[in-house]
Parts: sequence; structure tokens; C-alpha cells
Amino acid sequence: MSLHTEPVVVNIGPHHPSTHGVFRMRVTFDGENVQDVEPVIGYLHRGTEKLAEERQYSQVITLTDRLDYVASMTNNQAYVLSCEKLIGVEVPDRGKYLRTIAAELQRIASHLVGVGFFLAELGGFGGTALMYCFRERERILDMFEMLCGARITVSFMRIGGVFQDAPDEFWPALRKFLDEMPRYSEELNKLIFESEIVQARAKNVSVISAEQAIDASMTGPVLRATGVPWDIREAAPYDAYDRVHFDVITASGGDNFDRFLVRMQEVEQSLRIIEQCYRDIENGPVRSTTSLLFRPPPGEAYVPVEAPKGELGFYLVSDGSIAPYRCKIRSPSFISLTLFKEMLVGWKLADIVVSLGSLDFNMGEVDR
Amino acid sequence: MGESLAENVVYRNVYEFAIGAFGSDLAWLAYAIATFSLVFLFVNVLMLLATFYTWAERRLLGRFTNRLGPNRAGPFGLLQALADAVKLLTKEDIVPRNADRWVFNIAPIVMLASVLMAMGVVPLGKNTFLADLNIGLLYLVAVSGLGSIAVLMAGYASANKFSTFGAMRAAAVLISYEIPLVMSLLAITILSGSMSLIDVVEAQSIPFLLVTPMGALIFLTAMSAELNRSPFDITEGESEIVAGYLTEYSGMKFGTFMLAEFAALIVSGAVFAVLFLQGWKWAFLPSHVWMLLKVGFFALLATWVRSTLPRLRPDQILSFAWKFLFPLSLINVLALSVQRLVFADDHGNLQQSDLWIMALSNWILTLFVIPILIRLTNRSSKISTERTIELQLGKGV
Repeated sequence: MSLHTEPVVVNIGPHHPSTHGVFRMRVTFDGENVQDVEPVIGYLHRGTEKLAEERQYSQVITLTDRLDYVASMTNNQAYVLSCEKLIGVEVPDRGKYLRTIAAELQRIASHLVGVGFFLAELGGFGGTALMYCFRERERILDMFEMLCGARITVSFMRIGGVFQDAPDEFWPALRKFLDEMPRYSEELNKLIFESEIVQARAKNVSVISAEQAIDASMTGPVLRATGVPWDIREAAPYDAYDRVHFDVITASGGDNFDRFLVRMQEVEQSLRIIEQCYRDIENGPVRSTTSLLFRPPPGEAYVPVEAPKGELGFYLVSDGSIAPYRCKIRSPSFISLTLFKEMLVGWKLADIVVSLGSLDFNMGEVDR
Repeated sequence: MGESLAENVVYRNVYEFAIGAFGSDLAWLAYAIATFSLVFLFVNVLMLLATFYTWAERRLLGRFTNRLGPNRAGPFGLLQALADAVKLLTKEDIVPRNADRWVFNIAPIVMLASVLMAMGVVPLGKNTFLADLNIGLLYLVAVSGLGSIAVLMAGYASANKFSTFGAMRAAAVLISYEIPLVMSLLAITILSGSMSLIDVVEAQSIPFLLVTPMGALIFLTAMSAELNRSPFDITEGESEIVAGYLTEYSGMKFGTFMLAEFAALIVSGAVFAVLFLQGWKWAFLPSHVWMLLKVGFFALLATWVRSTLPRLRPDQILSFAWKFLFPLSLINVLALSVQRLVFADDHGNLQQSDLWIMALSNWILTLFVIPILIRLTNRSSKISTERTIELQLGKGV
């Protein structure tokens, strides 16, 4: 006997518990199997690029905070680096080191959020793993609060340096964090990667090959999980990255599991970088004197940075006025969604959210 | 046997008081009142335990996840359950327009009823039970299956795709895990020679947990699947299908479902204690206290597992039931049958010394069988991680 069945279209999102904000998919299911999936984006569109064209260069920094709101520091960094290239400003050494420390702390925070939500999306756990990740992230946010008074929308970096020198209480807090974090990441690694259920759920699921990832111009942990050792910090060093040593982490599988393995190991590399910056940083000015209102010469600039989610860059075109003529944002999250369909079709309903979580995209950055 | 309702303090006193008040002509009325008072006590104890457990689990989960848990309502947040109930009662009760109204409304009641009915045969202490059915175990299986029917009703009636997903998953889990569950109960029956839960407790001169570790493992696993507990909580899988069959429920209907779920956990704890941990028997403390402690142990275990394990995928859960638990339960039943043939005396009784020998041999068997089965299952489950539909992928570089 054969039952008559037909595929069912389910609307997942924009207010689904695990779509990373307001992502929406129209998924065609055959039973639990995904037959087709169609992404619908734009629910968080705020017109950041257009807004940037209406503002002076230094005012755009606050807009960049709101792009990838779990990694504001690196957004700031990408923008100010492009601006500095446009007007040709040199950043003092201490400013460079402070930027690097802040950016690496942000990377740890962002990866912790990514891994935490991956585990929350695997379900169960009663939130244990998520809360463990957030416990460490909280300490990083506390340090950001010391640096600039804000926790999420930091606006810490300025054109020509950083907002202010780190206060006295920042350095002991950083030292304590550097000493304790390896133990916590060890604990997390045990909880996550030694769990048989996590392996059964995530290994060999939603595999992306290196060719596919390069074709889709993917960057960041998603690309490195396929085995391509591409990291802007090493390929085109900015700030203090040419003065520190670190390994570019890669994995070979390109599946959900490897994407998180790469993230967790990058946390350790970030700690290594911060350790070196902590050791090498010297006293001095943190910011070169630039006026807030300036008119860069006509031209264009694009300086990519390695944001936690991949290559992030602001393509700025100047026409000699006080505001950018064009500000195009190359956001890694949006590009990570390119292979979305290839990743999901053929897998199960339960794999959808996990695979989406493994891309670690952020709707603030996708919709802009 | 020596277990009888007539020796229950509550029952006896109420009965004697009623007889004194109405005279022996109205003995049936006295009987009814006495029975009703006992039922009233049972239901309320169960409900109280369930509400207490909601608090305890949230506190424990809070501790597991590095938080405090609810601590605002009352001392240590003890009144949290009350606050929740008030909140749920004052919420708007929404029935979706496309819902099958009648089925939608009756599903929570069916769910709660199945749990309360299961309570009927479970002894909560010495002389404390509602009915000593000679087919108690069969009855338990039958009424606990009703709960899954209620889930199916709720999922179907909600007219929501997520609810339907949840309901279908619940049905799949019910069909798969009912078999190992019944097989582990069969193992108990082989050991005790009776299906009555009272007799099972009486037969345990040593806890059956020691005699049949495989049975206990199967029971725990299958039970947590039937209860939708992690790592088998696919029916509600909040990160995937929103809230499964509960998606469209609000207000006290939702509350009834949740209460039934927690009560079901308490009842299964009681059943586990009765079947594997000698029920109310142990030294020093009163029988009810022991029972409570054992149920508490089960509840703690459930919370612990919940905060440690992520969720499995539905197909993995089903293949685990059929490829691992089912063979394991067959081996368990076979081993116990052979052992019973060897050790039982002419009257079919097992002495304590025989049970110890059986325990030893079963533990050794368990330590051998489980690794072998795991290896076999791993080999066959490689297939399930491959894609179900092969893709025509775009050309590479």
C-alpha cells in the first residue's frame, strides 16, 4: 500500500526562535526532508549605506556599530581603516595595539556567541552551553565598558586611533581574563566536541567543498573550515597584526562540526595575539590629531579586515566633500548565505537550524 | 503478601468515621467516601509534587547553567509555580480559527487524565495505593500510550504546520519506544512472576536495578523518550519546530499540558522506583519518605541529563530505538528467561541468593553486550548521516 503524500511549504521565520534575528525561509518539506528552500531577507534593512552618504566621515562610526551588533569593534575597525587610507593618516603604535586587543577580544566574544547559539540550536542542554559561553562573553563586555563606556555599540575606534587610552583597571582585568580563559575554553571544548551527540548531529552535515566556498567568495571560519588557509590578518596585515605571531586555523571537513572547531580554536589564537599585544604595548599617544570635520581628496579606499565572521570592508568613494560619496559595505554574513540552498537541501528539518547556526550570520549585517 | 488498603491509615480512619456517622447500613457510602478521600489525597500529592518539581527543575537548571533560577516569589522562589499558574490563568485563551475546536480543547484534558490514571496502580508507600491490579504493568503501558494520543490530537487540531510536525514526531517516538519499554517491563514480570506493582515490590529482596541493569537502562531511556525529555525532546524541539504541538496553545490549556508533563515525570519516577529500586522498601525511614527520595532521585537524574545532553535528530532517535534498544531488550529478556529456568524452585520463586548470582551474571553480560551493540550500531548508522536526496551541485573551479 502506498500513501498519497505531497510536499508541504512551511514558513520559518522571521520570528522563529532560532533564525538569528529576522531571517525568513520558505522551506518545502517532504516529511522531514528539505526539498527546497528560499531565503527571504530584508526585514532588518535600515539603509546604512545610504545613511552613511548623508553624514560626515566621523559620524558614520556609530552606524557601523549597528551592522554586526555582536562584533561592533571589528566593524569600527574596518571603517576607520578605510577612512585612514582615504585621508592618509598614520595611527600611533599604542593606538594600533589597543585596536588589535579590542578586535581580538571582540572576535572571542563573537565566536562565543556563535558557538553558544549553535549549541542552543542543537537543542537540549537546558541552555547550559549557551550560558557558559555568555559567562565569558560578559567579561569581555565588561572590559569594553571600561574602554569606552558601552558594551555592545562601542564606537571605540576613531579615525587616526582610538577614542581614549585604556583606563588603569582595564589591564588587570585583561590579565585575569587571559589567565582564566584557557581553562574555560577547555571546559567548553570538552562539553561540545567530546559529546557523542554533538558529533552525530554535526559531523558530515551540510558539507561545503573548498571550491564551492571560493566560488561563493566565502571568507572567515566558513572558508577556513573547508581547508583554505585564508586570513586577512595574515594575507594583508593591518594595525598590529604584522607584529604578532599566530596560526591560521583550518579544518578539512567543511561540515557544521568543523566550522565550530575552527571557531573554538580561533579563540585560542586570539588569546595568543592578545597576550603578545599585552606584552609589547608601550606608552604613547593613542590617537593622532585629526579634525573631526575633514574633506578627503577625491579618490577611493577599501581596506578589508578579518571580522569574526569573515572579510569585512567598507568601500569608500570620496568626491572631496565632507561626506562619503559612496559607502559600500562588503559584509561576510550576507555572502555566507550564498550557499544556503546547497547546504540545506536534502537534509532534515532538524539540520536546518544547526546549519544556519554554523554560518554564524548576523541579520544586522545581512540586511544592513 | 500483607499489603492491603484496609491497613492504610487514611483509608481506615475515614472509613471508620463514616461508618460511625452513617451506621453500617450505609457501608457503601462510607466505602465511597473513604476511597474518594484517598483518591483526593493521591491526586493532590501528585499535583503538588509536579508543581514543586517545576520549581526544583528551574532552580537546578539555573545552578547547572551558572544562574540563580527563580528566587523572587516567596522564600527561595518557592511560590514561583503559584505565580506561573496565576499568570497562565489570566492569559487570553486563544483558539485558532482553523482549529478543530472540540479536539483542540479536549487534548490537554486527555493528556492530564492519562497521567492521573497511571497513578491508579502505583504504590506510593506501604499500604498506600489506589488499586492492586493483577495486570498493573499492562495497565500502565496502556494509559501512558494515551498521553501520546493527546499529543497527536493537539498537533492535528491546532491546524499549524509546526504542531503537525511535533505530533508526527510524537507518534513515531511512541511507536518505536513503546516496544523496548514493554520489553523491559516484561523482564520485570519474568523476575517477579507477577504484573501487579505491589507484588513486584514484594519480590525485590534485592533491587531489580542490580539484577537487571540492562532492563533499568532500557526503561530509563525509553521513558525519557516517552516523556519528551532531553535528548529525545524532538516533539517540542523549541529550536526547530517552535514548540511542537504546544505552538498554538495559550493560557491554562498550555498550563495543563505542562502540568501533565511534569506530573508524568513524577509518575514515571515512582514507577521506576517501584520496578527497580524496591519501591517503598528500605531501612530506618518511613516507607513514604523512601518513596519520595527515590522519585526525587529520578527527577534529579532527569534534570541532570537535560542540562548535559543536546538533542538528537528524529531519524537518529528512531534508529537508536530499533537498532540498539530493541536488540538489547531482546537479549535482556532472553537472559532473564534462561536464568529463571535455571534458578527458580518448584513454586517458581527466586531466593535472594539466586538473585545475587543472577545480578552478577547480568552485569557481566551487560558489560559485554553494550559495547558490541554500540559498535554494530555505529557501523550501520553511517548510512543515516548521508543525504537523503542527492544534489546536482554546481560545477567547481
